[in-house]
Amino acid sequence: MTETIAIVGGGTGGTVLANRLADELKPELESGDVEVILVSDGEDHVYKPTFLYVPFGKKTVDDAKRPLADLVDRRIDIRNDRVEAIDTDDKRLTLRDGRPLRYDYLTLGLGAQLVPDELDGLAEGGHHFYGPEGAQRLRDELADFTEGHLVLSVIGTPHMCPAAPVEFVLMADAWFRERGLREDVEITYTYPIQRAHAIQNIADWASAAFEERDINLETFFNADEVDPDEGVLHSMEGKELDYDLLVGIPPHHGSDLVVDAGLSEDGWVDVDKHTLEATEAEDVYALGDIADVPTSKAGSVAHYEAGVVADRLASHVRGETPTATYQGKTICFIEAGMDEATFVDFEYGTQPTVRKPSKPVHWAKLGYNESYWLTARGLL
Amino acid sequence: MSETEYDPDVTIDARGSTCPGPLMDLIGKVKEADPGTVIELQTSDSGSKGDVPEWLDEAGHDLLEVVEQDDYWSMYVETN
Ligand SMILES: Cc1cc2nc3c(=O)[nH]c(=O)nc-3n(C[C@H](O)[C@H](O)[C@H](O)COP(=O)(O)OP(=O)(O)OC[C@H]3O[C@@H](n4cnc5c(N)ncnc54)[C@H](O)[C@@H]3O)c2cc1C
Repeated sequence: MTETIAIVGGGTGGTVLANRLADELKPELESGDVEVILVSDGEDHVYKPTFLYVPFGKKTVDDAKRPLADLVDRRIDIRNDRVEAIDTDDKRLTLRDGRPLRYDYLTLGLGAQLVPDELDGLAEGGHHFYGPEGAQRLRDELADFTEGHLVLSVIGTPHMCPAAPVEFVLMADAWFRERGLREDVEITYTYPIQRAHAIQNIADWASAAFEERDINLETFFNADEVDPDEGVLHSMEGKELDYDLLVGIPPHHGSDLVVDAGLSEDGWVDVDKHTLEATEAEDVYALGDIADVPTSKAGSVAHYEAGVVADRLASHVRGETPTATYQGKTICFIEAGMDEATFVDFEYGTQPTVRKPSKPVHWAKLGYNESYWLTARGLL
Repeated sequence: MSETEYDPDVTIDARGSTCPGPLMDLIGKVKEADPGTVIELQTSDSGSKGDVPEWLDEAGHDLLEVVEQDDYWSMYVETN
């Protein structure tokens, strides 16, 4: 009997996991004792961190994608399909045209969904750089923006890459300065809680950087409504901000599939934060943004989690007790302008130290982004 | 379990989640709630005892009571 490992989602988590399994289970895959099926809804793998650079003309939307088939080991069975339902009792997935797919072990790497419609007026009045169309539209808008008030509002948490909004305003500041326009552009950053970022040390660093660069900071600002006609952003706290260009980090959702499958009530899969096993079903794992663990929704998290899930799945298949655990390891490179960056690393329960930004770290971030295609292949 | 006189219309179980999880869960519920709704926020993050009252003050809602349970706090909130 061939055991089937199904992975849903060919993003960072799913792709790294597939390649790790191809490596760790090489003999079992070659003998046919195991098959690994990766189901993803699209031909391409998309590397989202690229989108941060698109509005400033430093990268294009096409730079963010590569065919999944070029990145995934040939021993993996890739299916370009969409999972429409998950039945964890019968261990069966339903695919787009109603066909079933049986599994013995399932890993969900569905990523996060953007839901701009959740905030009245945001889709009409706001821009963002969290997806390809948004990033391209913002690029065109920024190219013609020579004066006025640029407001970046983080609308709700959790959202992907908690540092990206901070990076965006610091990059915008440097970019307008380079182009001699900064005096004519006011920049404001808003955040829902009482500081600029969820993590205290990053918040302290960001607030100081904002002050130094004349970027306004509005905390306890939970956007309630966008009025695109008047160009006003209203908050639940009763504040109003006039904007000329609004960059709103759209609300994020997990997946309805997860709710329908009873894997959580809110759409992010409930998992044990160390084993990454779903708490509400047997033989189901979740990794990356869809997994509800107390750290950032970041590619580095998906990457480290994939290593843990691969080890655990390999143990299951061999009839051994899995022992690999995830300790919350998270790494984020943070751009501090157009030519310098810093980075933070932390684990569950620890506070990162923010190092002084430097040029080499900026180059390291760009270098990492280039070598990402090797990371996805499981080579780094 | 400690007793309280408040009978919440909505209970949010944010136990186990860390900052800003509990506060953001509360903000999400307050956004949907009608004025006069009583919400119980269950949180095991001690930071909530600071940031929740601060936000309620900023946004103009009331903190009715904080009840210490065995290994978490129940924060009772009324929306305005
Ligand atoms: C602008 C921006 C900048 C970022 N910068 C950084 C950074 O500097 N560093 C960092 O670490 N992280 C960064 N991130 C976050 C990082 O991109 C994500 O955390 C990471 O992609 C999560 O990986 P994932 O595998 O969970 O999901 P994703 O990479 O989003 O992949 C999910 C996959 O699942 C597929 N899928 C979803 N539903 C289904 C279905 N029903 N059936 C089949 N397939 C499905 C999707 O098509 C997709 O291929 C950034 C994100 C953004 C938006």
